[in-house]
Amino acid sequence: MTLTYSTASNTAHPPRLSPAYKSTVKRSPQKPLIIMRHTLSELTGPVYGHETVRENDHDLTTQHKGEPLGERIIVHGHVLDEDGRGVPNALVEVWQANACGRYVHVVDQHPAPLDPNFTGAGRAQTDGDGYYRFVTVKPGAYPWGNHHNAWRPAHVHFSVFGHAFISRLVTQMYFPGDPLFPFDPIFNSVTDEKARQRMVSAFDLENTQPEWALCYRFNIVLRGSGATPMETK
Amino acid sequence: MSGIKGQGITPSQTVGPYFAYGLTSNGKYDWNDAFTNNLVTPDASGDRIRVEGRVFDGDGQPVPDCMLEIWQADAQGRFSDPRDKRALPNSAFKGFGRCGTDANGGYAFDTIKPGPVPDPDGKPQAPHILIAVFGRGMLLHLYTRIYFDGEADNAADPVLALVPSDRRATLIAVREPGNGNAVYRFDIHLQGDNETVFFDV
Repeated sequence: MTLTYSTASNTAHPPRLSPAYKSTVKRSPQKPLIIMRHTLSELTGPVYGHETVRENDHDLTTQHKGEPLGERIIVHGHVLDEDGRGVPNALVEVWQANACGRYVHVVDQHPAPLDPNFTGAGRAQTDGDGYYRFVTVKPGAYPWGNHHNAWRPAHVHFSVFGHAFISRLVTQMYFPGDPLFPFDPIFNSVTDEKARQRMVSAFDLENTQPEWALCYRFNIVLRGSGATPMETK
Repeated sequence: MSGIKGQGITPSQTVGPYFAYGLTSNGKYDWNDAFTNNLVTPDASGDRIRVEGRVFDGDGQPVPDCMLEIWQADAQGRFSDPRDKRALPNSAFKGFGRCGTDANGGYAFDTIKPGPVPDPDGKPQAPHILIAVFGRGMLLHLYTRIYFDGEADNAADPVLALVPSDRRATLIAVREPGNGNAVYRFDIHLQGDNETVFFDV
């Protein structure tokens, strides 16, 4: 089996220099990146098991004495490679603001209340078919200093490990129909409309739990190795 | 809900300024750490080393909100991953570490010196560690490689050979003077005259 990760897949990513997002200006390389053949170093990646993900790490609403305030939601989805195959046992880490748009991080000074019942971090491992599921509260929008009256659309940060160190992905999951989309330079740093929409979750009525929580579905597509899957007929 | 071939990958977004409590908390927040900057397991063979340095932006200012991840082979040049078909793991060494930069842009990893890993033609590469750099203002992380000062194999390394000779030094961690476990310094310049070489992988 030959493993070949096409760098053409990377065209979905935003350019590293995206001046509307001001912090990119001094933090993006100006010299050309060096193209190289992938070696075993690039084509392998960390493997983690149950010592990393505890049983209730996926539920951000049960980490404290009481329940966090806000709209309880389920976020679930399928981690796939671009060849359409589920990625089993993938580590998925999330972190987010609380329902008021405030992060527990010490640097966040947005004058919105912290919630003593919400840290905002979670972790899950995909099942044998590549599915994951979190329970959390819907994060609020929050202001930031990029430009006058700049507000981030509500989002959940995702960190995902695929099969190889070069399929590593950190992204943000957005919510459908957010009125802040046209004004956010981070969301719009992805210039291709179809690629941008892949960061927007879908409302999932089928998996919404009556009398309990709305559900959003967010599938995550990682780089694929292009290897031919085993046919099991 | 199965995948559709050819739909394209999910785009990257910045890790932002607030990842620490979720990804690199180190006891400062009420959350358990999945990863740390200490890769050494008691049973791992090989030379114990520290790799440390600072991250700088295009103005030469330290970057205090970077997340760095490293991935490396063990002292025998094997990866703790079943996709490395040669691997005969004989220790708990995982080869993966994560560290946030501090207020001075500083970071450090305690690990072991990796052994040589073959290139696609089976020829040995010089010992190296992969490092991925994430940060606020970085919409897509950067990949580079840490090589080691004074390593005879560097001269024949097929990846170093791709790098213009006047930029190769940005990939070589410099051995600090002193006794005891070796300390290697590897600064990362995201931009500027001394910009670190990054790879398009």
